[in-house]
Amino acid sequence: MLSVDVDKQLGGFRLRAAFETQSGATALFGPSGAGKTTIINMIAGLLTPDRGRIVIDGEPLFDGAGDTNLPAWKRRIGCVFQEGRLFPHMSVRHNLDYGRWMSGLSAEAESFAHVVDLLDIGHLLDRRPGKLSGGERQRVAVGRALLMRPRLLLLDEPLAALDAARKSEILPYLERLRDEGSVPIIYVSHDPAEVRRIAGRVVRLENGKVLAAGGVELLA
Amino acid sequence: MRGHERIAGKSVLNLTTQDWTAVLLSLRIATVATVFSLPFGIAIALLLARVRFWGKTLVEAIVYLPLVLPPVVTGYLLLITLGRHAPVGAFLADHFGVVFAFRWTGAVISCGVMAFPLMVRAIRLSIEAIDRRLEDAASTLGAGPWWNFLTITLPLALPGVIAGAMLAFARALGEFGATITFVSNIPGETQTISAAIYTLMQVPGGDAAALQLVIVAIIISLAALIASEWLARRATARLHGA
Repeated sequence: MLSVDVDKQLGGFRLRAAFETQSGATALFGPSGAGKTTIINMIAGLLTPDRGRIVIDGEPLFDGAGDTNLPAWKRRIGCVFQEGRLFPHMSVRHNLDYGRWMSGLSAEAESFAHVVDLLDIGHLLDRRPGKLSGGERQRVAVGRALLMRPRLLLLDEPLAALDAARKSEILPYLERLRDEGSVPIIYVSHDPAEVRRIAGRVVRLENGKVLAAGGVELLA
Repeated sequence: MRGHERIAGKSVLNLTTQDWTAVLLSLRIATVATVFSLPFGIAIALLLARVRFWGKTLVEAIVYLPLVLPPVVTGYLLLITLGRHAPVGAFLADHFGVVFAFRWTGAVISCGVMAFPLMVRAIRLSIEAIDRRLEDAASTLGAGPWWNFLTITLPLALPGVIAGAMLAFARALGEFGATITFVSNIPGETQTISAAIYTLMQVPGGDAAALQLVIVAIIISLAALIASEWLARRATARLHGA
């Protein structure tokens, strides 16, 4: 379970958001400029809130009052970004293994094979990210985040850079991932159709504020 | 007199032992200067590219100063700080037995200092060109600052590091003013190619011998240039998935 209650001033933009998520997939939904990515970056540890608390499964990641601010690399939160951000100087296989190496996890051939199979990226392992299509890149990015065995997976507009055909190519993989239920997901999107397919719960954001939180009926 | 008699016109390159000594010494000084200044060059480039701190402009000015100062001035400054009777030089000599004045190691210092700005500039530009969002991605995957630097920043900056090292090597190879001011022109100890050419040109009839060394200098510099182009191209190709 994740609980977020944060304040952040970024130039003229003020974010003041509080919400909680349970297991399964929760969508952060709203127009661009609503503060979705700002929130994701604060959960991931890439941006420090001005005030507030971020708590995951009872452990505070950030506590403005108590001076707790776990650095991103100690949070074990998997991130998939809009542009993939695969490491261009490493093969797909090394990209996938990177999180495991850095987190000091032992190799588990079984979980590697499982993720590779889930995302159907086995034929890409020896390629460089520069040689992948946009859809392939995003699948590898999802695999990379999963293989660090995160306690939470943040997907920040993972399909926004893809055309409609590519989107519908990837969505089934994300649905499979959600249905496995092994890791809670926060899914950021401004596309109601996408959110409806992935998320069970919705946090609706606008102008840096939470308008409402609840079921998918909020998308209407 | 020169070390050996020259047999004129026998071949294009006909170097005496003393010429060879100067060539090898130049290569040794330039290599050691480059290798030793590289870690500092990377650290300073990283500092200037990434960290905002009080007095940054001053640090930048000091790093780039040898680029704009007359080399003789740099050599003179080294002499009055690192010379045998200068404060720092005397301290190093008395406590660590390290002497730079009139030694080849002193030439390493002067060449390193003169080449440093070029090295830092090339590395800094390549670090500034890195997409920092890749480093963010690495940290979400569990990479702490050191691992992040070693596995993401440094490999991505590698073409610039190679270019910087090669530029520094070439600059160190050609260093003259600061070196001759600081450590003089002692055959076998501090006489580099440049100093040897200069010495030959002061001797009546030394032009032909000087020309030999000029050709060697051109060959070495061209080789360094070609090697750096080739290495940088390979490194860049690796980054983009060849």
